Amino acid sequence: MPPGISTSDFYYILPELVLTAGALVVLIADVLLPRERRSALSWVTLAAVGATLASLLPFTSTHVEVAHGLLAVDRFALFFKIVFLVAAAITVLMSVRYLAIEGASPGEYYFLILCATLGMMVMAGGIDLITIFIGLETMAVSFYILAGFIKPNQRSNEAAVKYFLLGAFSLGILLYGMSLMYGLSGTTNLRVMATSFGAMAGDSRLALAVILVVAGVGFKIAAVPFHMWAPDVYEGAPTPVTAFLSVGSKAASFAMLIRIFVEGLPSASEDWRLLFWVLSIATMTVGNFAAVTQTNVKRMLAYSSIAHAGYVLIGIVAGTSRGITATLVYLMVYSFMQLGAFAVVVMLRRADVVGDELKDFSGLASRNPFAAFAMLLFMLSLGGIPPTAGFMGKFWLFSAAIDAHYYWLALIGVLNSAVSLYYYIRIVVFMYVKKETLGSEPTTSPTLAVVLAVAVAATLVLGVYPQLLFNVAAASARTLGAAGATAALR
Amino acid sequence: MQGWLSILIMIALGAGFALISVVLSSFLGPRKPTPEKLAPYECGMPPVGDARERQSVKFYLVAMIFLLFDIEIAFLYPWAMALRDLGWNGFAQVLLFIALLLAGYVYVWRKGALDWGGDQATARRRSTIGD
Amino acid sequence: MLLAIPLLPLLGFLINASFGRRISKAAAGAVACGAMLASFAIAVASVVRLASLEPDSRAIVSRAFTWISSGDFTADFTLRLDPLAAVMILVVTGIGTLIHVYSTAYMHEETAPEYARYFSYLNLFAAFMLLLVLGSNFLVMFVGWEGVGLCSYLLIGFWFEKRSASDAGKKAFIVNRIGDFGFVLGVLLAFVRFGTIDFQQIARAAAPMSPEAGFGTISIITLLLFVGATGKSAQIPLYVWLPDAMEGPTPVSALIHAATMVTAGVYMIGRNAVLFAHAPATLTVVAVIGTATALMAGTIALVQNDIKRVLAYSTVSQLGYMFLAMGVGAYAAGIFHLFTHAFFKALLFLGSGAVIHALGGEQDLRRMGGLKRDLPITYWTFLIGSIAIAGVPGFAGFFSKDEILFRTFASGHAALWTVGLLTALLTAIYMFRIVFLAFFGERPPEPVAPAHPEEEEPAAKGGHATGPTHLAHPTHLHDAPPAMALALIVLAIGSVLAGYASLGGRFERFLEPSFAPERVEEVADRGLELTLTAVSIAAALGGIAIAAYFFLKNRRAADRMAERFAGVRRLLQNKYYVDEIYNGAIVQPIRIVSENALWKAIDVRVIDGAVNGVGEAVTGASDILRRLQTGSVRAYAASLFLGVVLILGYYLWP
Repeated sequence: MPPGISTSDFYYILPELVLTAGALVVLIADVLLPRERRSALSWVTLAAVGATLASLLPFTSTHVEVAHGLLAVDRFALFFKIVFLVAAAITVLMSVRYLAIEGASPGEYYFLILCATLGMMVMAGGIDLITIFIGLETMAVSFYILAGFIKPNQRSNEAAVKYFLLGAFSLGILLYGMSLMYGLSGTTNLRVMATSFGAMAGDSRLALAVILVVAGVGFKIAAVPFHMWAPDVYEGAPTPVTAFLSVGSKAASFAMLIRIFVEGLPSASEDWRLLFWVLSIATMTVGNFAAVTQTNVKRMLAYSSIAHAGYVLIGIVAGTSRGITATLVYLMVYSFMQLGAFAVVVMLRRADVVGDELKDFSGLASRNPFAAFAMLLFMLSLGGIPPTAGFMGKFWLFSAAIDAHYYWLALIGVLNSAVSLYYYIRIVVFMYVKKETLGSEPTTSPTLAVVLAVAVAATLVLGVYPQLLFNVAAASARTLGAAGATAALR
Repeated sequence: MQGWLSILIMIALGAGFALISVVLSSFLGPRKPTPEKLAPYECGMPPVGDARERQSVKFYLVAMIFLLFDIEIAFLYPWAMALRDLGWNGFAQVLLFIALLLAGYVYVWRKGALDWGGDQATARRRSTIGD
Repeated sequence: MLLAIPLLPLLGFLINASFGRRISKAAAGAVACGAMLASFAIAVASVVRLASLEPDSRAIVSRAFTWISSGDFTADFTLRLDPLAAVMILVVTGIGTLIHVYSTAYMHEETAPEYARYFSYLNLFAAFMLLLVLGSNFLVMFVGWEGVGLCSYLLIGFWFEKRSASDAGKKAFIVNRIGDFGFVLGVLLAFVRFGTIDFQQIARAAAPMSPEAGFGTISIITLLLFVGATGKSAQIPLYVWLPDAMEGPTPVSALIHAATMVTAGVYMIGRNAVLFAHAPATLTVVAVIGTATALMAGTIALVQNDIKRVLAYSTVSQLGYMFLAMGVGAYAAGIFHLFTHAFFKALLFLGSGAVIHALGGEQDLRRMGGLKRDLPITYWTFLIGSIAIAGVPGFAGFFSKDEILFRTFASGHAALWTVGLLTALLTAIYMFRIVFLAFFGERPPEPVAPAHPEEEEPAAKGGHATGPTHLAHPTHLHDAPPAMALALIVLAIGSVLAGYASLGGRFERFLEPSFAPERVEEVADRGLELTLTAVSIAAALGGIAIAAYFFLKNRRAADRMAERFAGVRRLLQNKYYVDEIYNGAIVQPIRIVSENALWKAIDVRVIDGAVNGVGEAVTGASDILRRLQTGSVRAYAASLFLGVVLILGYYLWP
């Protein structure tokens, strides 16, 4: 075995290196720049994200394992990295104005956003339990701090502490499951593990490992009954952080989930399919029904985000390559609509108004028609009304379920999306039908306008012409696994 | 149910070890209580005042920073032992590692986390951290 | 070419939505009307081209792009014009144009941005409706299906000062979700069964099968689709939203809730005629539901006092007729009734709009009267519409309604025929009740305060007090302004002439390729046809006579009847208490479960309790930590742990 990490390994982790360098530049620039010029940091951050995106270019069709099987550089990882980086860029754009209003220092904030992104990228690429866990921790610790970033705000503090305590607890459970997996197979590499688990199907120790890992991952994706933290944390955290948490962290956790279960535990697929089947139904139903009576939009979006984890799990349960493809498609689509919805909430934030209550949306249509139209579109998309991207995503998820003969799952999914429209449309009612005197004046800024324009364009384009995304996602799903790829999939 | 037995044994062993250590020590240990011994945080000295005293946050900062850099420096020892085997590639990697450490160091320094007291230092720290 | 038909209104929407705040009212109206007119012109050109094709290949297909393609499943974004779609696009663009023109006058008191907003919604609606009609597979249709629902919802709630309007919008939305749920499931099941969602391919796959004897997959598919149709087309049990939807501006009621959108369910069944023909069980359900709805809505319409509500229930009733036709396999007759109904019902709504407009927002029939003198154009056109819907020979409604009743009888559904005939009688009565109450007699000298408030139908309380934004009782009544008069007159002409399209079975033969291979069998029994025709003419004329007796000659007799049958009257005025039953049996339980079980028990008590407590009472950070650690975080952690234990327990369960 050649010692250390070879030069070619460094080449393959170029995007991660670029992002790390960018994060450090932001950190150093923060302490070196004079205070009044620190607003330029957001542009440095954006440049770092852009450079990382550019550095992904050489790897569009790479399919290798690097660093002795610690990381995989394949299209699956690439797909997720793009999701994370786009989400990070949108979050940064969203944050510019928000940080100015809250009076928070931008340096550490952007540094932590980049760190979290780095963690996510490692999670998506990791094919070794150790790598995945390090990525997870990098991301999680960044988010613990980010959740409490608005120091004078008690809710923000509370969110951070709750997230940290429960996060640590769930990590313990996850780690326990991982240690069982290691103990049973003698390796931490998921692909090696898959072969050694081949003969162990039905072993109850393996089942215990699966249960514990499902619980740990379930916490990260906020699946019922491991979801209790999500509404509190989402409501308390600064809105752009909530947006990034509900999109980036969730997508990364799904990447981890797919890596661990599809690549590492195909032999126990009967076990985890059943578990995720139950979790999916519980998550969709509880998320949607709890969201119905919310009056705080951030909290409502938190429950909606929980429900969406349930939808995405449908693709995992189906477990076919079409199911995994649908999962990838939905995560991408979901990123845009969810980030867009949060951007509108950020827009309503003013120095004296929090702007995340339902009544703050009153009459938005006459005060800022574009923002209202964008929100309308995001709500319809989240609810799965054509011709938006959300409809396409749901359509694929449900058809994947039907294709894999999970009829009840599809039925409950459709029923849930019907229920969910009720609360999404309530926001539309407030925006379009209520009187305008109650609501708060939206603040407009060029960066927020860019965010909305991008999200609106993506939501519409991916809804009207989804084929390209689907092809890319299908190609990404095919690269799962060491060789023969979808052999692991039914 | 067959495989669950091993799990049950594992749980029993884990719980049993903790339980037995506590129970055994309470049985086997000689008990000659004195008021000093029964006091909380007993370590041979009579307690003075309340244990829940406020400490300056600087203690924690410095302790934490020390711990971080100390542990990271400890990574250099194994590298130094295998220097010849790792070659220039290893050398480059360690340089990178130190560069990363340096970035953290610059950050900590400029933030004023290493300043100890002093009006001027406090003022500067306020201007950077407190905003 | 075909793509331009929905794209033009979409363009109009984009212009008015983007620049509506900056352009004048005249410009906004011109853009919207122009887009519709251009769309109509292209539609006519396309239909002319279509008619010139051979009957066997009578379809124009325009494929935009491949929408979805994954594995063995593909769905193209394709528009397909066949005779059935041709009828629909002519109705949508033609009547749509007239209603746009009418709206320019009707909405003239709105401010410029509101005016542009109104027209942008109207244009968007037309675009989605055309997409629904032209889509060649379920997916494209579903885009239009949901789109028209959204526009309808926005337009019902257009006058947002009216709380009842936004409630009505919400109701329409929720009820339609139930229907859509059925529709989506039907489509998914069709996909499972046939592996495609293209109408043509499904029809081709289903054609060689023999009709299901019992209750098989196709029956379930069609029944689910029919659930969708009951939502969109306001049939039992999902009809409750349509009468409330009349809170929107009257032209909207005319276009969306009478002429076009609500017929989407009928159209959808016609589009899948082959599939439905293979599910006799479903067809029976369709016919029975349609008939029951027709009768029920007809009886309710008899006693309503709000002019728009009478028309709304009349619409529900007429839609029931169309479903009856579909259910007995007389697809062409159903579509023909859809076609003629679009003319006279739009005419009636626009006429009622002219009345409401002239009276400054008054919608209560009891406060109208003698309008014949003051509003001659409105009177004559409204009268033509009423005659047409009543089924008097020579007018459009006669041809289509008679055809449905005849087909029903000929296909051996004598009971349904009887109910249909009774409904025809009711139709004539309630329509001429409006005519006699509003246009004849004398107007009450001053607005009568409702003498018996308890007799007011509950929903009308907020409804008739507020119409369009103006409320003052005008001293001078003015007839419809030119733009409105134009629409009324054109529609009145249509209401007379539309019926002649079916002479000699031309309409039926034109539509035949769309329902192929379900050949419509010729029924040759002329004698039976003439007898039945005579009976339905008698019903129409009898209804008018009854209305004339009670509401023109001897109004006291009407009051006496009302007193004698007070119980029945109250039952009808309260619309069989269906709203109340739904509220008690479905809405409240759901609300209670959601609020108490999920919201109060879990969310408020556990989660918000901690948050509020912390937020209000605690100031120090250490205190937060203390509370968090002794409070809810522990509960959260417990829930995490409990989840693991539950899963584990499930595994250990033998």
